[in-house]
Amino acid sequence: MKRRRVVITGLGILSALGKNRTEFWQSVTEGRSGIGPLESVPDARVAFSKAAEIRDFDPAAFLDNREDRMLDPSVQFALITAREAVQDSGIAWNPELQKRTAVATGCALGGKLTEEGEYRKLFVEGKKRAHPFTIPRIMGNAGASRISMEFGLQGPVFTMNTACSAANHAIGQAFWIVRSGAADAALTGGHEALFCLGNLRAWDALRVVSPDTCRPFSKDRDGMILGEGSGFLVLETLESARARNAKIYAEMVGFGMTADAGHLTYPGREQPARAMQEALSDGGLRPEEVGYINAHGTGTLANDPNEVNVIRDVFGDHADRLAVSSTKSLHGHALGAAGALEAVATVLALDQGILPPTANFTEPDPECAIDVVPNEAREARVEAALSSSFAFGGLNAVLALRRFDPDRKETP
Amino acid sequence: MDNPTPGNPSQAMVDKVINTIAKQKEIPPDSITLTSKFEDLNVDSLDATEILFELEDELDVDIPNDQAREMRDVGQVVAGLEKLLASKGNSTADSPAPPSETSEA
Repeated sequence: MKRRRVVITGLGILSALGKNRTEFWQSVTEGRSGIGPLESVPDARVAFSKAAEIRDFDPAAFLDNREDRMLDPSVQFALITAREAVQDSGIAWNPELQKRTAVATGCALGGKLTEEGEYRKLFVEGKKRAHPFTIPRIMGNAGASRISMEFGLQGPVFTMNTACSAANHAIGQAFWIVRSGAADAALTGGHEALFCLGNLRAWDALRVVSPDTCRPFSKDRDGMILGEGSGFLVLETLESARARNAKIYAEMVGFGMTADAGHLTYPGREQPARAMQEALSDGGLRPEEVGYINAHGTGTLANDPNEVNVIRDVFGDHADRLAVSSTKSLHGHALGAAGALEAVATVLALDQGILPPTANFTEPDPECAIDVVPNEAREARVEAALSSSFAFGGLNAVLALRRFDPDRKETP
Repeated sequence: MDNPTPGNPSQAMVDKVINTIAKQKEIPPDSITLTSKFEDLNVDSLDATEILFELEDELDVDIPNDQAREMRDVGQVVAGLEKLLASKGNSTADSPAPPSETSEA
């Protein structure tokens, strides 16, 4: 089967870094972290006090009808960013294209805030009945379904629920679907809302959240910081983007996924490396062509040195010429949305020729000896980039992207 | 529970910690001693987190993350818990201190 070239023509994003792609990119390039005091859950009584929350989020500012304002925040985030991405792309729907467009979302927790709120009414307040819309509001595919209804999209629509790799799994599948011809376009990304008491206590119990802030690859790092948000991308064929003279941000060229089949939470080394190699080979990329990696980079003691080892295993000496940054230091770890926020950052890095920094970096760690673009964004035109997600449960998903070059001939 | 002195842990606490580990790892309690290292008992970081959770729950005490990280053998867990319980006994407030401050110290 002939492989079609797939390009990114629209971006939408909502995170602690701002309420649209312009605000997001401005914060990224200024190295201004969105991590601040945890405010959305008062009296959470957990061992951490910081979070990457979307400040002053008012659904009414984005959503006109009451039905949408009653959705779980996670689904509201998804709808808002999908609209932004579609508007950005300028794509014009018609019945044929609507049948040939996919929606693939990543979401790890479903409607967790709604679920907790409804269960609290039953368990604590002694209410007899759950709200009749509880189930459709908390289902994991609520975002994908709402987006498909918004734009009348009737192609493949599904949700990946693979923890911190969910968005990368979704984006990778959407890419393959468009490349293979199973659909002609896709709206894909991830969304997550997670700031509720039960979920915060559960993360606290794992002892992986920093009491301070997220300092990936820094010697004094002591954990991750939870974040929320949503990111969406419009994927379409190069042919259709050209036909409608669309702005092309970047080209998606490869995807790789593997599983550790090892420890539940401790990261593996061989299988993340193999996922990177698969992404490179799927994308027809030589390792030397890669100039930037948006790392999983959680800032935990275990992840970061292991991830640097993985990158060295894959890239050998070229690892010393690579820039590797973790934008989780800016937008926090948004679980099922993480890969989407990072894909948007990576796409903009290729498009704008600016590499996102690793914020909050204080001290090099000999165990993480790699160029992490500390604290300040860097101007650099790179040909290709990877964006990695490595989930609890040992699930690894890596996207490979290229700077869009209109003159590039497809390699066989 | 008898009154422990530093370096002389109460037998009740030693038994509690050993029994918690034995139950968690499904190994006989008499295979665990005060000097057993987590590594030798095949207790990885996730197992340790669960063991400390059981002990926190049973003893109604909060183990800050930085102290939890230092608990790598049975003796360290016993000593750490006794110290936390002693300081809890000295504190007037019944509710646990905000752990974020203790962790950042």
